[in-house]
Amino acid sequence: METAALNSFSTRLFSTGHRAIARQYFFLSLFAVLAGMALSLVMRFHLVFPQAGNDVLTPEYYLSLLTLHGTLMVFFVLTLAPLSAFANLVLPEQLGAEGMAFPRLNMISFWMTAIAFALLLASFFATGGGALSGWTAYPPLSAVGAIAGPGEGIGQTLWFFSIGVFCLASLLTAMNIIATVLDERAPDMALMEMPLTCWNWFVTAILTLLSFSVLLAALLLILLDRFAGTSFFVPGGLLVADEAIPHSGGSPLLWQHLFWFFGHPEVYIAILPGMGIVSEVISTFSRRPAFGYRSMVWSTIAIAFLGLLVWGHHMFISGLNPYSAIAFSLLTMAIGIPSAVKTFNWIATAWGGDLHLTTAMLFALGFVSIFVTGGLSGLFLGQPELDAYFHDTYFVVAHFHLIMGIAALFGIFSATFYWFPLMFGRMLDERLGKLHFYLTFIGAYATFGPMHFAGFAGNPRRYPDFTTFEFLGQVMPLQRWITGAAFCLASVQAIFLWNLFRSMRHGIVAPDNPWESSTREWNAAARY
Amino acid sequence: MAGCLLFLFKPVWFPVAITSAAVAYDRQFTWTLWICGGIFVAVQLLLAWTIMWKCRRATSRPANRWMELGWIAATGIVFISMSLLGSRGWAKTSSGPAGKEVIEIDAHQFAWTFRYPGPDGLFGRTAIRFISDSGGNSAGIDPGDPAGKDDITTATLRIPAHRDVLLLLHSRDVIHDFFVRELRTKQDIVPGMEIPLDLHVEQTGAYEIACAELCGLGHSQMRSVMIVMPPDDYDRWKRQH
Repeated sequence: METAALNSFSTRLFSTGHRAIARQYFFLSLFAVLAGMALSLVMRFHLVFPQAGNDVLTPEYYLSLLTLHGTLMVFFVLTLAPLSAFANLVLPEQLGAEGMAFPRLNMISFWMTAIAFALLLASFFATGGGALSGWTAYPPLSAVGAIAGPGEGIGQTLWFFSIGVFCLASLLTAMNIIATVLDERAPDMALMEMPLTCWNWFVTAILTLLSFSVLLAALLLILLDRFAGTSFFVPGGLLVADEAIPHSGGSPLLWQHLFWFFGHPEVYIAILPGMGIVSEVISTFSRRPAFGYRSMVWSTIAIAFLGLLVWGHHMFISGLNPYSAIAFSLLTMAIGIPSAVKTFNWIATAWGGDLHLTTAMLFALGFVSIFVTGGLSGLFLGQPELDAYFHDTYFVVAHFHLIMGIAALFGIFSATFYWFPLMFGRMLDERLGKLHFYLTFIGAYATFGPMHFAGFAGNPRRYPDFTTFEFLGQVMPLQRWITGAAFCLASVQAIFLWNLFRSMRHGIVAPDNPWESSTREWNAAARY
Repeated sequence: MAGCLLFLFKPVWFPVAITSAAVAYDRQFTWTLWICGGIFVAVQLLLAWTIMWKCRRATSRPANRWMELGWIAATGIVFISMSLLGSRGWAKTSSGPAGKEVIEIDAHQFAWTFRYPGPDGLFGRTAIRFISDSGGNSAGIDPGDPAGKDDITTATLRIPAHRDVLLLLHSRDVIHDFFVRELRTKQDIVPGMEIPLDLHVEQTGAYEIACAELCGLGHSQMRSVMIVMPPDDYDRWKRQH
């Protein structure tokens, strides 16, 4: 009896069913997003009350919180939830497939991701301090070891290992999705008949394969620099903490090239699945097919392709040849074109349609609003001249939190409300959902809108406190407002959590096709 | 929408612009703001309008190949011309040290050292083995090199107004970034590279120098001041050293 219970437990834990794996990813990223949010609140608190709790909240502790926050959000939330969780949940049924192409590999990917997560937490609690070089981990700071300061020893090493394992897991997931789309699709479905969600997951998976492999290579090289005495990223003649560093001939800029060759596509890995979800949700709740299906597909492909060519816009002021910035700038602005095509297509889909403003629909429309706002600040940053002032200020923080963070989260919320019946067989509460949407929508603008102004004042990011510089005195009222708004924004998420955990057990039992959708995942009888 | 109101109040804004490049920056910023602000208001209103009119009976959709091509062309023209115009004030690579006041900057965890060549106009050789922050040789000047005898090193950057100045940026440990808001520019300082930065400041005064690239636990303490002096005062100051 006990063995049977144990067996059933281990079958559930190591399930190869794609929906079970989807739920595992969903809860892992839910845990990560709550942890990441909590860290951001500690940071926001410290920024406006720099004196409180000074013995614990040291600058190095703040910087390791910042690093963990960025890493959790970028990797374990924005990569996992939109792609690994929701593609696993509905991609096979939407394609008319039986399941994912490689179910066991799928299970292994999840558990590798879980190991990466454990390594990341270990890095934070490591002796000598958690990694504090930011999620970008620029060498030489991150490459020369403990001598460069707290957090640069074991903490940074574990961080590299964590991200390395995460890369491997993501590569396996991407392969699985690509194989499923190409090989497992129902014979009567041509590529150009796939739902837009599938197209976006498919393109995202290709992008993952191309970019995470480069990051993995860069991680191996930097680990060699740290442990095998190579000099890929560390130049000669360095003196760190009064000690000569025995490296020679490496280039710190090489890391930035490799990192951002991954890092920029990563933005699209986070947002493209959300775009697919939004297309689907807006079309379902406008009761009409998506406007311009072909241009939606081609704009997805164009965004992904251009996304691979614009890494240099993170490096305008890095010491790169200034002429190359002009090419990177042109390509960056060019991404605006397919993005605008999508925006207009979404509006045209809803325009004059028979709109049903469900929570999922509200989040999808909110996505469009936030995406436009975050995208427009990109038009400032894409100009090298303007970027020279805004680089590494709160203007950039506002920009990427809106377009990569909040927009992608709105996509995730929309998908959660939309596909919750497929996850748990029940419905989320719509009244609570709408309340949560309106408060989150206002809270997001109230938090990240004013951050642009801190950027106008030249307020640098990644500063544990604003006490050293005279010019930062003037931004303090604004920073206090941002902290207040951030606490409000975070506390209204309790509504969502309550709704989620309550509805899992006590929600209304979902009818077969609650949203009257036309895609195939709803007619598959296989529910929870 | 309410966010737009913030632009009327300008709770915080850019500091004064002290070079012609900085004035050009402000111009570029202002019209980018107008264009993006216009698009922002238009698209958000369009979105709001779409939602408000939901009660209307579902209308048939206008045919649309031309509509799509129209907005591709419109956004393409606006975005690309923005990029081209935004590149005007860029890509001015340094024209070399001739006729300029050359100053070396050595950034390190977590302080700045500025070095002037002295009356002979030559920088002394440096090597990391001579660096001693406590011994007053932060730049690591080789005591055996006569050119280095008259070099001046300071912790505050003094430059003359109305003259061409060339800063040579060095870092001895990790990546730092030279950021003076009033110049409207910043430049990463990469170890192993010497990166030139040309300045021609028109306005005297004291301006804060911040490090803008995460360089370790003292990153936010890495402050210095750039003092822009009338040329005569500057020459007098240099002679006194």
